Amino acid sequence: MTLLLQYVANGLAAGSLYALVALGIVLLYRCSRVLNFAHGDLATLGVFLAFSGVARGWPYGLALLTGLAGAAAVSATFYRLLIKPVRQATALSLVITTLGFALFLSGVMVWVWGTDTKVFPFPLSEVRVFRLGGVVVSELTAGSLAVGLVLVAGLSALVQRTRLGLAMRAVAQNPVAAQLLGVPAGQVLAATWAVAGALGAAAGMLLAPAVLLDPFMMLDPFLKGFAAAVLGGMDSLPGAVAGGLILGVAESVFAGYVSVKYKATLSFVVIVAVLLFRPEGLLGRPFHRRV
Amino acid sequence: MDGRPLLQVEGVTLRFGGVAALQDVSLEVRAGELVSVIGPNGAGKTSLFNCICGLYRPQRGRVLLDGQDVTRASPDVIARSGVARTFQNLELFRGMTVLDNLLLGCHRHFRTPVWEVAVWSRRAREEEVRQRERAEAILEFLELQAYRDRPVAALPHGVQRVVELGRALTSQPRLLLLDEPSAGLVAEEKDELKYRLQDARRVFGLTVVLVEHDLRMVMDLSERVVVLDHGEVIAQGPPEAVQRDPKVVEAYLGVGA
Repeated sequence: MTLLLQYVANGLAAGSLYALVALGIVLLYRCSRVLNFAHGDLATLGVFLAFSGVARGWPYGLALLTGLAGAAAVSATFYRLLIKPVRQATALSLVITTLGFALFLSGVMVWVWGTDTKVFPFPLSEVRVFRLGGVVVSELTAGSLAVGLVLVAGLSALVQRTRLGLAMRAVAQNPVAAQLLGVPAGQVLAATWAVAGALGAAAGMLLAPAVLLDPFMMLDPFLKGFAAAVLGGMDSLPGAVAGGLILGVAESVFAGYVSVKYKATLSFVVIVAVLLFRPEGLLGRPFHRRV
Repeated sequence: MDGRPLLQVEGVTLRFGGVAALQDVSLEVRAGELVSVIGPNGAGKTSLFNCICGLYRPQRGRVLLDGQDVTRASPDVIARSGVARTFQNLELFRGMTVLDNLLLGCHRHFRTPVWEVAVWSRRAREEEVRQRERAEAILEFLELQAYRDRPVAALPHGVQRVVELGRALTSQPRLLLLDEPSAGLVAEEKDELKYRLQDARRVFGLTVVLVEHDLRMVMDLSERVVVLDHGEVIAQGPPEAVQRDPKVVEAYLGVGA
């Protein structure tokens, strides 16, 4: 029993990071119908910016904020310069555009920071632990979970309770009507891309201390986040969070009781199973073709 | 009344490929007036609306709003300068509540910059309260309170029409474009809509351009009527005069009628 709880605790921490990644993916998909394959690389870029800040001796908080802001700015610029002009294009061309940008970004990161792995200094330790009953939780795990949940709550407050969120939902639901009410759809979408970029970077910063920093660090977490988004329903923000947490726990329990070797495979099995049996995901709305 | 008309459409021509949707259309609307645009299906009424609110760019001619050329302005800029419209087929935010739809109506007045909303500054809070009061006032004016927190998609068609009117009213428009507001309504609902429009004009001093098929409503409400046929203005003037115009009779009833 304690063992199971231990797996669940580890899974929730990993899952909260998947949820953060998934939220960024779903946010963009909902608002602009774009599957952003550059999401992971944008996040990594944010982590590298923070890393450079720390390396130059900047205060820790400033470095992290720079990383978040940098990822947000690059994400919004990417939307403005590359996605917006091809917005009328097919879904496939949009996906290819984001893939191209992903390759470009990872190229830039290899060029600037090199491919060797770096240790991302972080105030929370993986070695210091709390003991709750028999369950061992490292500071980093507890911190990831806490920050993840705070950001999730923050995002849902932004979308559900603020004016920007209302404008985002309006643009997502009916862009023409939104524009005719004076909502500057282009600016709102750019803001959405910025928020998604910052969310990704936040996930990356929580992940980097555990996995070492290199330009391809987010590849695996991005795919997990994508699986979580599919599981939760591409259209649903609460779904992304639920999907992330469920996937994290499932992975951890699977690794503990069945096989560590095939842990990574599980998320792809999940994608296939969801698409076969419940294509709209756990909390998504059933699909209807948009004309 | 001051000399300059609120809306001037000057020689607007709009073509889709070889088809002329609008052919050298000119009309003027003065502040406080209600002008109806009528004509058979496909006469170009909705195209005209789309040119005024920036969805279409005419190949020739100009659209002036209070003397300012807005022909090439984008729809959100035109909306922010005070043009609101409703749609023949309803363009509501169907997944949102009635209140959220109305709040989006006054979005154009929202001045607080995004970062201040993010930190929830005092200015942002005060502005939010003001706009909510505005939306609540319109809810009350249109007797929509019962539907306040219901998602729009679940409401009957007639109520959705009133919600769309409400959304346009919360924006405090200088110019209101109504595209067949009575489409799909039964007789009693049409009468109700007529009274609401008359009320709204009296209370808010609205300037309205109305596209409408229901001629009784047009005759009852309008100060002036403009008749379009095949994209051209074939008659304009007071309702009674237009009704008797032989060209109009012909356009509506066919040659030789």
